[in-house]
Amino acid sequence: MPPDIEAIAEQVFAALADPSRRAILAELAAAGPATATDLAGRLPITRQAIAKHLTLLAEAGLVTAEPGERRRVRYRLRSAPMRVAQQFLAALARDWDGSLGALQDHLDSQAG
Amino acid sequence: MVFPDRVERTVQIAHPPAKVWAALTTAEGLAAWFGQEAGIDLRPGGSAWMKWDGGHTADMRVERVEEPKVFGFTWHIFGLPDDDPRRTYVEFTLEPVGAGTRLRVVETGFAQLPEEAYHTAYDGNTEGWAKELGELVDYLDAA
Repeated sequence: MPPDIEAIAEQVFAALADPSRRAILAELAAAGPATATDLAGRLPITRQAIAKHLTLLAEAGLVTAEPGERRRVRYRLRSAPMRVAQQFLAALARDWDGSLGALQDHLDSQAG
Repeated sequence: MVFPDRVERTVQIAHPPAKVWAALTTAEGLAAWFGQEAGIDLRPGGSAWMKWDGGHTADMRVERVEEPKVFGFTWHIFGLPDDDPRRTYVEFTLEPVGAGTRLRVVETGFAQLPEEAYHTAYDGNTEGWAKELGELVDYLDAA
C-alpha cells in the first residue's frame, strides 16, 4: 500500500514541531550523517534523548540508519519526505493574489 | 490535515479579454507583471521562461492555447529541487463580462504522489534493519 502523502507531510511537520528534533535534523542537514554520540557532542541534548528522537525520526522515514565506523550506527537525513512537505508549503506560498494584483495594476497603467 | 492540491482564484478585470490575453501570453506582457524578464513560444509544447532579480527563474511548458479564452502551462513546483520531475499545471480562463474580463486561474498538482511512494518495500526493509542495528549498538553501549 503506498503511503498517504498527507501522512508523510504530517510526520514531517510533527517532527519539526519539536525543538530537539528540529536541532537534530538541522545538524544532519548542515554537517551530514552522524552517530547519536556525534550529535550529543554537538547539541545541548543528552545522548539518551537523541537516541530516542532518532528512533522516532527513523520510524517516520525522516532519517535512515547506516553502518558507520567502529560499529556505530550513523544517521543520514532522508530528503524525500521533506520534499513532500515542501509540496504542501508550495501550495500555501503560491501568491496568486499578489500576482493577479500586479496584473491588474499593469493593465490599468497601460494607455488605452 | 488536508493536503491542498488546487489553488484557485477569480478576479474581475476592467479590460477586455484581448488585452488580458496579451498580458498573459506575450513576453512583453509577462515581463510587465509576472516576471522581470520573460520569453515565450506560444504553442502547445512550446517553452516559456521568466526571470527575477536575484537569479530566480521559472521554466514553463505551454500546454493549451485557445485565444482568447484558455491559456495553460506547466511549471516546476516552487521550492523543490531543480531535478524533481513533479510539475503543477496552471490554467487561465478568460470570460468576457460587459466591457471587462472575468479571469480565473487554477493551479493543480500540489498533492501529486511522489515517486518515493513506490519504494515502501525497500523503506520497510531499511527500517527493520535500522532497528536491529540500533539494538545492537545499545547493547554494546551498555556493555
